[in-house]
Amino acid sequence: MSPVIDNLDLYWSGFLTSLEFIVYSLIGSMILGTVIAAFRVSPIAALRGFGSAYVTVVRNCPLTIVLFFMAFGLPELGINRSYFFFGIAGLVIYTSAFVCEALRSGINSVSAGQAEAARAIGLTFTQTMREVVLPQAFRSAIPPLGSVQIAMFKNSAVAGAFGIGGDLYSVGKTLTSARGFEYIPVLTGVAIGYLIITLSAGLALGLLERKVAIAR
Amino acid sequence: MRIKKLGAAAAALVLAGSLAACGGGDDEVEVASETDFEAGTTMAEIADRGTVTVGTKFDQPGFGLLGLEDVPEGFDVEVAKIIAGAMGIAEEDIEWVQATSDIREQVIEDGDVDFVVATYTINDERKQRITFAGPYYEAGQQLMVASDNDSIEGPEDIADNPDMKVCSVTGSTPSEQIREYLADDDQLVLFDIYDKCADALSNGQVDIVTTDNVILLGFVSKSEGEFKLVGEQFTEEPYGIGITKGDVEFCEFINETLAENEDAYLAAWDRTAGEVEGTEKPELPEADACA
Repeated sequence: MSPVIDNLDLYWSGFLTSLEFIVYSLIGSMILGTVIAAFRVSPIAALRGFGSAYVTVVRNCPLTIVLFFMAFGLPELGINRSYFFFGIAGLVIYTSAFVCEALRSGINSVSAGQAEAARAIGLTFTQTMREVVLPQAFRSAIPPLGSVQIAMFKNSAVAGAFGIGGDLYSVGKTLTSARGFEYIPVLTGVAIGYLIITLSAGLALGLLERKVAIAR
Repeated sequence: MRIKKLGAAAAALVLAGSLAACGGGDDEVEVASETDFEAGTTMAEIADRGTVTVGTKFDQPGFGLLGLEDVPEGFDVEVAKIIAGAMGIAEEDIEWVQATSDIREQVIEDGDVDFVVATYTINDERKQRITFAGPYYEAGQQLMVASDNDSIEGPEDIADNPDMKVCSVTGSTPSEQIREYLADDDQLVLFDIYDKCADALSNGQVDIVTTDNVILLGFVSKSEGEFKLVGEQFTEEPYGIGITKGDVEFCEFINETLAENEDAYLAAWDRTAGEVEGTEKPELPEADACA
């Protein structure tokens, strides 16, 4: 394990870069995923159509392709941003399709009577979603949402191959290629970095689930 | 149906023609007919076995590039053929294994390959795990920019243009060595392969690509005037042949083989990396002492 211990500073900075990347992607994908889920259950046919099309296209594309389009397609169209931005954008677009579907399963678990009652007292669609349906939907969707987001944390390693630099993936590459260290200890160190993030996310999810649980 | 078949036949003909044009007749490497090695040495073992496994790059134009023919081509590949030939192994009996930068030491240590010729810069960190024969070529790091970029004339200009991005490959020696010329680390963009750097340079996401001169020349020649090299080579990258750590006899054998086959070495350069415009014909560098 000496390659890991000798390069703890490198691992630490890689860990922080990955964590920053993950936090932005988490926030972005939750917001975009919720919006798309709302589209998919909205009364407006055009929005429903857009939501379904979005999920169908994005969920069935490999993440690498989505990231390729971001990092090499957008600049061709004259959009030049940092690769960090492109990586987050790609991961947000990809993950939000899964967030949308997890959330939709939550929305479907809210009994129709809830929405009907909300309509009966005169709430608009947006109000119904925001005040009545989504709060309940999020609660029952926490386990699948957690799985989707933990998968996203690990997917962030793929974005490391698209110019981000300095994340845990790049640290592993630098140590094995330029410095010629052995693969197993170096990648074990990288795995520990990701485990710290994913395991603590799992713990946080458990806490959250208990906190917002409702007796039915 | 008939038309389709005709088209396919025509395509096959064209393909066969172009393949024939590629495979020149005079690129045979000499194969020793009789070999006599001391028992127990790596050379004796390989000669007895009659085959040899060589690790090389599959994605490096001019040095080791796997084409449609399923056999890699390039200067590294030719050097490996010279070494194998001296042990009585013909090129059909060489098994090529892809050795990307991050697994070169591993495949040597694990015994998956007999030796590695893969644009492999000799450095002390790598010597901890393997032994290098050679060097057989002296490369040097250089900068490639878009043809209309006049503000960069050498590595010293990078820090003066902090908005410019420099691209290289994650974990490569050049990516480590360029850091001292940067204004800050955000200037460096890293991909897993150089092709992506060239694409990024072409669509304006990065301004400079840096790695060994010979690799850049491959991109310049393919770019049809879009890219150019600037400045002098600012590092020395001696390429070595990676073998099992401590195998002094094999190392000495490789060094002797290269020294004895200088003509084949130069001819190999001419028909591979030397075909790229702007490359300089190398001299066989003096080999380091084997240890």
